[in-house]
Amino acid sequence: MTAKFIPVPTPETQPFWDGCAEGVLRIQRCADCGQPYFYPRPVCPACASRNVAWFTTSGRATLYSYVINHRPAPGFEDETPYAIAVVQLEEGPRMMTNIVGLPATPEALELDMPLQVRFERRGDVSLPVFGPAAGKETAR
Amino acid sequence: MSDPTGVIIAGAAETDQVGRLPNHSTLQLHLEGALNAVADAGLSLRDIDGIATVSSPGPVQVAHALGITPGWIDGTGVGGTSFLLHVRHAVAAIRAGYASTVLITHGESGRSRVGTAPFRLAASSPPGQFEAPYGTLGPTTTFTIPALRYMKEYGLTHEQLAYVAVAQRRWAAKNPRAAFRDPITVEDVLASRLVAYPFHLLECCLVTDGGGALVVASAERAAEFPKPAVYILGTGESSETPMISQMVDFTESQAFRRAGQAAFAEAGIGVSDVDHLMIYDAFAHVPIYGLEALGFVAKGEAGAFIADGNTEPGGPLPLNTNGGGLSYTHTGMYGMFAIQEGVRQLRGGAAAQVGGPQISVILGNGGMFATSGVLVLGRQRR
Repeated sequence: MTAKFIPVPTPETQPFWDGCAEGVLRIQRCADCGQPYFYPRPVCPACASRNVAWFTTSGRATLYSYVINHRPAPGFEDETPYAIAVVQLEEGPRMMTNIVGLPATPEALELDMPLQVRFERRGDVSLPVFGPAAGKETAR
Repeated sequence: MSDPTGVIIAGAAETDQVGRLPNHSTLQLHLEGALNAVADAGLSLRDIDGIATVSSPGPVQVAHALGITPGWIDGTGVGGTSFLLHVRHAVAAIRAGYASTVLITHGESGRSRVGTAPFRLAASSPPGQFEAPYGTLGPTTTFTIPALRYMKEYGLTHEQLAYVAVAQRRWAAKNPRAAFRDPITVEDVLASRLVAYPFHLLECCLVTDGGGALVVASAERAAEFPKPAVYILGTGESSETPMISQMVDFTESQAFRRAGQAAFAEAGIGVSDVDHLMIYDAFAHVPIYGLEALGFVAKGEAGAFIADGNTEPGGPLPLNTNGGGLSYTHTGMYGMFAIQEGVRQLRGGAAAQVGGPQISVILGNGGMFATSGVLVLGRQRR
């Protein structure tokens, strides 16, 4: 079986991946206009300021949209079908992810359901994935 | 009468065949389309002084293989809409005097993969870091992701999404060159295998081999060419995001809207002036997004508009009359075929001819809602 795709960090994304290795989801926010944003880059997409800083998110998100993929990418053969999702972080930005800990069915995956980040080992990096929110946030 | 750009499409043709062509390389498909289009314009290759095509095999390779020495080159490669952008850029070049006769080529061995460049995403690129690790595998797993959000926000049903494929098959049934011509029902679509829920196989485009080309020149020369001129009345282009996850709003395409507004404004037309429409349909939801972005219907209404029969044979707004990427052909970069059908309809020679349309609008998509080009084409100067 071919291995799953492994991301390769670049200097400007390294703090994100370092956060993942520490078990936190760290993204950037503009220190001038306050805009939080993802994916990592050294300039604010809202105001073009280079005065940007890293911060640790709550790791909470909601399910924005997804597909349930039936044709596996390399390495995903044993878990097909699987959900390729986009989640909206509590802080606003969205990111692609996989949904874990829930069946990959339309019934189990309701848009806007609360989710919580967790991390999966992938080669030398930790990859953020999302599963059901723990504790009282999951009361539905 | 005004003539917003002063530039025409003087020649247009596809490869002799589209479909499964294992004896044609990607380059050969470019060359065959080019020769057919130059002949259609009544010209020889010596007359061509500008060349445009996507990065692989690229304008240098295509020009060299044809013996063309260009004085103007455009290698814009932003996905399947690139050829619409080439037309727009050619308009500017001809108006600037940088070229007089521009050849725009497309060829792609999308199915047989003969002489094609391998697709390999860099693991350090933003999509390589932030999308590919999640098991994406081409457009079926990414272009499709916004649809569920749209369905929740606007109540689009699975049946309405499936009906997009049904409506287009009705056009394809009239087109002998179409890959799929047998009528289908909503039930057939929903019974076809799931590729990436909510998309079934019949809601995804074909993968074929083929090509085509255009010759673009000044409208002042319209009488020189054997075929009726197709006037380029307006053009637009834009981009939104290289990653589907970063679309501003999953229920609409900013690039479609901006490119459409620019093209309609330049042409000085509104939606009621449009007689014929082509919207790039890599997947069944894309015409829905396109109809709304161009303003033919309000947000959330396009699914019902198509399901009510408005865009199929006999309806008031003929859409994707070649059968589209869903039923006609889709080499991977479909935009050239959408332009070709607009030209055929305006000239009056389409397989599923829709009377005598005066204005045809072509909406192209590149990548996964990443880029867009829009052309407003006319049978006459406005």
